Amino acid sequence: MQQTWILTKRELRAYFDGPAAYVVLCVFLAITGWFFSNALFLQNVASLRSVFSIAPFIFLFFMPALTMASFAEERRAGTLELLLTLPVRDWQVILGKLLSVALLLLLAIALTFVYAITLAFLGDLDLGGTVGGYLGLFLLGITYGAIGMWASSLTRNQIVAFILGFAIIFLLFLLDKITDFVPGQLGVIMQYLGADYHFQNLMRGVIDTRDILYYLSLTAFAFLLTTYSLAKRPE
Amino acid sequence: MIEVKNLSKSYGPVEAVRSISFQVNQGEVVGFLGPNGAGKSTTMKVMTGYLPPNEGTVVVGGKDILEDALPVRQQIGYLPESTPLYSDMITYDYLEFVAAMRGISAEDRPARIRAMTNACGLHDVLAKRVDALSKGYKQRVGLAQAMIHNPPILILDEPTSGLDPNQIVEIRELIREIGRERTVVLSTHILSEVQASCDRVIIIDNGTLVADGTPEELRSSLSGGEQVSITLLDNEEDVASILGDWAPAEVVEHGTDDQGEAYFMLNSSSDIRADLFRLAVSHNWTLTGLHRKSKNLEDVFRQLTSG
Repeated sequence: MQQTWILTKRELRAYFDGPAAYVVLCVFLAITGWFFSNALFLQNVASLRSVFSIAPFIFLFFMPALTMASFAEERRAGTLELLLTLPVRDWQVILGKLLSVALLLLLAIALTFVYAITLAFLGDLDLGGTVGGYLGLFLLGITYGAIGMWASSLTRNQIVAFILGFAIIFLLFLLDKITDFVPGQLGVIMQYLGADYHFQNLMRGVIDTRDILYYLSLTAFAFLLTTYSLAKRPE
Repeated sequence: MIEVKNLSKSYGPVEAVRSISFQVNQGEVVGFLGPNGAGKSTTMKVMTGYLPPNEGTVVVGGKDILEDALPVRQQIGYLPESTPLYSDMITYDYLEFVAAMRGISAEDRPARIRAMTNACGLHDVLAKRVDALSKGYKQRVGLAQAMIHNPPILILDEPTSGLDPNQIVEIRELIREIGRERTVVLSTHILSEVQASCDRVIIIDNGTLVADGTPEELRSSLSGGEQVSITLLDNEEDVASILGDWAPAEVVEHGTDDQGEAYFMLNSSSDIRADLFRLAVSHNWTLTGLHRKSKNLEDVFRQLTSG
């Protein structure tokens, strides 16, 4: 477990030693900030709803971008061989990397607390919706991250990893939006499998274990697929 | 110390290694020799626990490489081919990271890193980013990384490839130094390297083991005898008639060289130089040259791996 944390720290340092983390955080804040202040000043809406609606779109691109290098780059550079011959289990390596993404995600989300605090001063903050929205954002982000990481473990090319990760995530994002085109029962299943559907539920302030379980099981599934992919030890 | 039994490994339909078995004893420096693509790296990747074998086992210090993966890995230091390093890290941080991953406590890490800095001569580059280092320094950082936890076994995949001649000599000396107290398995396709640093040679070709022994053993077992050439100031015909009847050796070629001296090439199964000298003395020949031309490892290598 200790090694997992050491790896997490290395990954975080790699994010923050380069421009990656700063670019991600700044752009994330700029976009969400613009939507927040737009609603606040132009439409006189004191709500985080605008932030919560745009954030999933940002994650759609940012999470695969943050994770595309995780394994693809290690494979290309050959450092994966070094990493996987250290006295650690494969799953510890994956967990370490996923944790670093989770922490970066937490930081990005925590920075938007400024909006919530502003609102708390200005008017009534919908506490349920805020907590639910933030929880949903984190769960959504980490699920996307886990999928992006799996995509990254399938190839040694970062661009392929990004496109692949994005495609899978985009499909999940679309699922609950195209239910009109499919007949009855299938539509219900598709809605349940849609990533955004559960986020909408949480954002409404209804913290249902089903929604939480959805994200956690999807993350676990992507994690499992990554362990399989690594176990094959591709060139 | 290391026991490889009937090891086979394929990449899809391609059989990289076919039922290889060998042992490496404690304290030995063993050289893996073979042409490019012979299966050296694959064998090493299996030995370090990176690749799971299709068949066969690797046992290190009595423990199976797959069943007791983590304790076995802790015993091994590994330098993969082409020396992969995290290029975005500072050398010191990189060594610290590997040390931490190897389970060395935070208090002990500076001392271990200092020891490796001294052993591998890294003083000048500790504060530099890894991607700014020359190939030779990268190789040393790779070696330092492999030895940071003081492992009893070192597996080095082509440790001198891509280095300039001075660096090759330095790395070889370093390996010889290391090999005094450790078991080392190194792969190479450079023959002089094996002669320079190994106690034993294992030659692999086309995924199979074709030879296993000390460099001397391999030379003598495969050279098909020795060749001795002599030059003398005496009459060629007289000497030829005597040597023709001489039992220990067979004259392959004789003639007169540029200086007008008679020369003879003799083939024999053992070292006949002393006998030849005594023969010359007994016939009062004036011997001006006596030279043994034993086959070198290069000939052995070619003989085993061509065709």
